[in-house]
Amino acid sequence: MELYELTVHQLVNLLDKGEVSSREIADSILDRIQSVESKVKAFLTLDEDRAREQASQTCRQAGGFLQGIPYGLKDLFCTRGMRTTCASRMLEHFVPPYDATAARKLAQAGGILVGKLNMDEFAMGSSTEHSAFFATHNPWDLERVPGGSSGGSAAAVAADEVPFSLGSDTGGSIRQPASFCGVVGFRPTYGRVSRWGVVAFASSLDQVGVFSKDVRDSALVMNLIAGHDPLDSTSVNLEVPDYTAFLNKGIKGMKIAYPREHFGPGVQNEIKQSVYQALQWFEQNGAVVEEVSLPHSEYALPAYYLVATAEASANLARFDGVRFGLRDEGADNIIELFSRSRANGFGAEVKRRIMLGTYALSSGYYDAYYLKALKVRRLIWEDFQKVFGDYDLIISPTTPTTAFKLGEKLGDPLTEYMTDILTVPVNMAGLPGISIPCGFAGGLPIGMQIIGKAFAEGTILQAAYAFEQSNRPNQKPPLGVN
Amino acid sequence: MSSDYEVVVGLEVHAELKTESKIFCGCSTAFGAEPNTQVCPICAGFPGMLPVLNRQVVELAIRTGLALNCEIADFCKFDRKNYFYPDLPKAYQNSQYDLPICKQGYLEIDVDGHRKKVRINRAHMEEDAGKLVHQGSITTSAYTLVDLNRSGVPLLEIVSEPDMRGPGEARAYMEKLRAILLFAGVSDCKMEEGSLRCDANVSVRLRGEKALGTRSEIKNLNSFRSLEKAIEYEARRHIEALEDGEKLVQETRTWDEEKQITQSLRSKEEAHDYRYFPEPDLPPLRIGREWVEEVRASLPEMPDEAQKRLVRDHGLPEYDAALLTLTPEQLDFFDQAVALCQDAKAVSNWMMGDMSRLLKQNNMEINACRFTPAQLARMLQLIEAGTISGKMAKSIFEEMFNSGQDPERIIKEKGMAQISNEDELGKIIEKIIQAHPGVVQDYHGGKEKAFGFFVGQVMKDTRGQANPAIVNRLLKERLNREGA
Repeated sequence: MELYELTVHQLVNLLDKGEVSSREIADSILDRIQSVESKVKAFLTLDEDRAREQASQTCRQAGGFLQGIPYGLKDLFCTRGMRTTCASRMLEHFVPPYDATAARKLAQAGGILVGKLNMDEFAMGSSTEHSAFFATHNPWDLERVPGGSSGGSAAAVAADEVPFSLGSDTGGSIRQPASFCGVVGFRPTYGRVSRWGVVAFASSLDQVGVFSKDVRDSALVMNLIAGHDPLDSTSVNLEVPDYTAFLNKGIKGMKIAYPREHFGPGVQNEIKQSVYQALQWFEQNGAVVEEVSLPHSEYALPAYYLVATAEASANLARFDGVRFGLRDEGADNIIELFSRSRANGFGAEVKRRIMLGTYALSSGYYDAYYLKALKVRRLIWEDFQKVFGDYDLIISPTTPTTAFKLGEKLGDPLTEYMTDILTVPVNMAGLPGISIPCGFAGGLPIGMQIIGKAFAEGTILQAAYAFEQSNRPNQKPPLGVN
Repeated sequence: MSSDYEVVVGLEVHAELKTESKIFCGCSTAFGAEPNTQVCPICAGFPGMLPVLNRQVVELAIRTGLALNCEIADFCKFDRKNYFYPDLPKAYQNSQYDLPICKQGYLEIDVDGHRKKVRINRAHMEEDAGKLVHQGSITTSAYTLVDLNRSGVPLLEIVSEPDMRGPGEARAYMEKLRAILLFAGVSDCKMEEGSLRCDANVSVRLRGEKALGTRSEIKNLNSFRSLEKAIEYEARRHIEALEDGEKLVQETRTWDEEKQITQSLRSKEEAHDYRYFPEPDLPPLRIGREWVEEVRASLPEMPDEAQKRLVRDHGLPEYDAALLTLTPEQLDFFDQAVALCQDAKAVSNWMMGDMSRLLKQNNMEINACRFTPAQLARMLQLIEAGTISGKMAKSIFEEMFNSGQDPERIIKEKGMAQISNEDELGKIIEKIIQAHPGVVQDYHGGKEKAFGFFVGQVMKDTRGQANPAIVNRLLKERLNREGA
């Protein structure tokens, strides 16, 4: 095995034993990036010099848990001194004077930031094709999308360019690309990880999460980034358990529900079969598995596209060319400065959502759209509450299909939105969820989604780990070796 | 103004809350700093920044609400008010829309000798925007600069019901509101620094009419005077339009201080759609009753209570009591002086007369006053004891105002003590009578003016220091003896 193929815990183990140096790890990772990045195109910004320098100077004994471990960040985590573009022309040259809390925690633990990862512009999209700069390619099939919006973060981990990365999940933006790329993607409960310094898409839905090669790594990274942040009023002041302590607890007696609405006719057959098999495995290994209903699921997606876009229309209003970001210098007056800067700075999907959200909040439409969507959101939350009164976890497919072809859904936003149909309800209810690999269809990974009660991330990791131990896929993306 | 019409006024007042730091970040709120020196990524609306509510803002809002007899909400929240403007960094203002922190209060004003209740609809917390700076005037400036020092300074918007009838009542409301805010210690209320701002909603209707007329909202009222003048102007404009059979449109207008007129900014059709929605970055606020009661218990005496006390305990006229309770500093000065000299009416007269005139002339606030209440009290005691005359006191007071020196010292240095010694005055009178036998004859011949001449001569001789009452008595005695 090459160093770049290893997980965080394997690398930490080698470093602690003194069998490798952080410089060797960095070199291996950077070589790997050299050889596959032209195919995958996961990075928007790569800082090899900084990574090498930091790796040479690092001292394992003196530092935190991640001392000497490379990682990447979705390019909406603000990083002091490294540009943060949100894959938008608007912020192409924006260098924040501050670090996002999650980024700061990883840096303080000694991690080595290799670079910033591609995404759909301002996290709006499900394919990473809406990046203003270039599309990222799925390492399993370079003709296909890695999913989105955190497509770069998922692809980089799948392609062994970094052992782990952070993303953000507003409607499935971690779980869906994790599923498409065959990696673990973990979205914690809303409020579990600070959003401070993460450029907002939809504030009541956004949550920071992890992409990793296995479940243990997700638990390890969660240990580092979870917790109350006084700078984020929506972050919750609850004690953070040691998530690795859940891993070996097994699944005996666990009560698992699978919602019939998530196995409907829109879901690809092979995916349903894979997840049913996984459910069987859980049953055979001592869990109680039963079918339930989440009756309001079908309304989740339309309601989501009202709530998320409404919030986005306000969140993205600050990009007006006055203080930072792209400014149209040809404008004659302030209104022109606003409209021309925004017209030139934002891509089509972002504009579409800003208009949608503005409309939903407009006088005369608020009650019919935004307010109605909030009521639907409440019903969705109640659906989950009801199921979680009797069950520990809910399992479903992560996505209705495997990774689609690049360009396949461009120009057909509704079809693209549908790829989030199974992940969006979780965001609407503010719950934690993970996507882990559970099989393949035509050489493309299938993801299984495990949803837990609010702040019961440990239970999700517990089940995911147990499954992974017995069902770890042995294929690697066909990227070739260098 | 035609008396067939009634002028209806409601006021929206923005009071800057007196906190050390801004509403959502740690930046200073101090006034007058160099542009953009009290700014951080949060109040500049940088990407990824989040608000954290300043607890002191909520406390001051509760305090104001209680001082204005409002209900304090158990549950309230912040909303986003969306609009684009270069001084608004996030392109939305965090404000409170449908669930404000304070509701349904009132304050009382004095109208023609009786009390009138003006209802307060609501008071809500919000953040201030920045400020645009132009080179010269806005129309000729080649560019616009943005100063964000004020962005995120906490405000309380206090909205009255349309309960005022005309400019006088509007002014009385503003003065009372200012007094209450000052007594409660929640705001500096400096209109000239913008820490107290006011918009007026003005309409007119025929007397006896129940429905409200079409209203204008007037902005840019930076003083009590412009508030009165603008309402007066606007009401006249409405009445004239109605008399001419014109139809008024609901609009927002601005007060042009230079031309003393209002001018249209935008009509109702052009009004913004602010697209309010709940602020997702701030959880709703639950306000415990214990907190409210704690704040209530810490409220000091309010202007109305103080006013009653001055009438009841010191026998002051309502008018005096109302003026002395306009600011807590003024009341405090009065209370301290009265505690030392007991003559409340005299203290009040001096404060409202010479002191207020001198402060105004020197453009000073009472807390910048150089002399102390104790010094005023001593001066009043010196008048009472006959050491100085009321007339002399005027110049001593002025000197005290300028130098802050003790009245005794001023009297001594200027040789201003009153001469009340009868022997000494008797000698002077004797000398003058001897020197003017003709005038003595005039006096006895019935010429009234002659007596005045002798008083004048005594005063001249003593450089005004003779005690006039004693001089009068001694002169009469002496002249009548002469005649006998």
